[in-house]
Amino acid sequence: MARQTIEPLLWIMFSAGGVLAALFLPILVLLFGVAYPFGWVAPPAHDRLLSLIAHPLTRLGVFAFCLLSLIHGAHRLRYTLYDGLQIKHLNEVINAMCYGGAIATSIWGAYLLWNVASP
Amino acid sequence: MSVRSDYTLHHPRWLRVRVSTYWWLRRGSYLAFILREFSSVFVAWFVVYLLLVVRAVTQGPVSYDELLRWSATPIVLVVNLVTLLFVVYHAVTWFNLAPQAMVVKVGATRVPGFLIALSNYAAWVVVSAALAWLLVS
Repeated sequence: MARQTIEPLLWIMFSAGGVLAALFLPILVLLFGVAYPFGWVAPPAHDRLLSLIAHPLTRLGVFAFCLLSLIHGAHRLRYTLYDGLQIKHLNEVINAMCYGGAIATSIWGAYLLWNVASP
Repeated sequence: MSVRSDYTLHHPRWLRVRVSTYWWLRRGSYLAFILREFSSVFVAWFVVYLLLVVRAVTQGPVSYDELLRWSATPIVLVVNLVTLLFVVYHAVTWFNLAPQAMVVKVGATRVPGFLIALSNYAAWVVVSAALAWLLVS
């Protein structure tokens, strides 16, 4: 049974992603989602942000952050739908959509991060 | 679980109390739980948003400006304000649960829970300050 062996790994990734999301996301949402659009602080200039993102360690870190946070979200959403809506008969569909979505978005992210060219 | 073929399980009708789909509206604590779990959607949304930032920055200054202008449109702004509430809620509930999830021992004595929660909050402050320092021009 494949699911029995992968379940602990999913919980580890859920925790790791939860920690990363809790540490990094609030300030990132505050800056990119609220403070820049409202004009409270000036967003970083394009070349500065590009050189920051272009650094290999940043790209690796951003990828790990995205992958783990997405798995965290997928895992949590899976159980929320499972318990909240009590749609156990749709378990396979829910799993495929949650983890599939997380993996597909991570692959897209890896592609984007791979293509960042140094300024 | 395997059942011996010569043994027939006594299988009466199961007593199952139907639980309403809206069980999580019955109590404040249930609602707090389901809202905490629902933060996962907003975590996923903002990961996508950050990847859109990466894409725009890679494409050039014009795309980056376009993304910044798009982020100031009412719908995106409202979504991101709600996202901020949910990710802060996720962070606070996550750090408050950390003492239950992490058992740290120094020698034979267990490190008290509030110290573990406190160190998590300290890490949050350090990470937030570092990112703000990097990203505020």
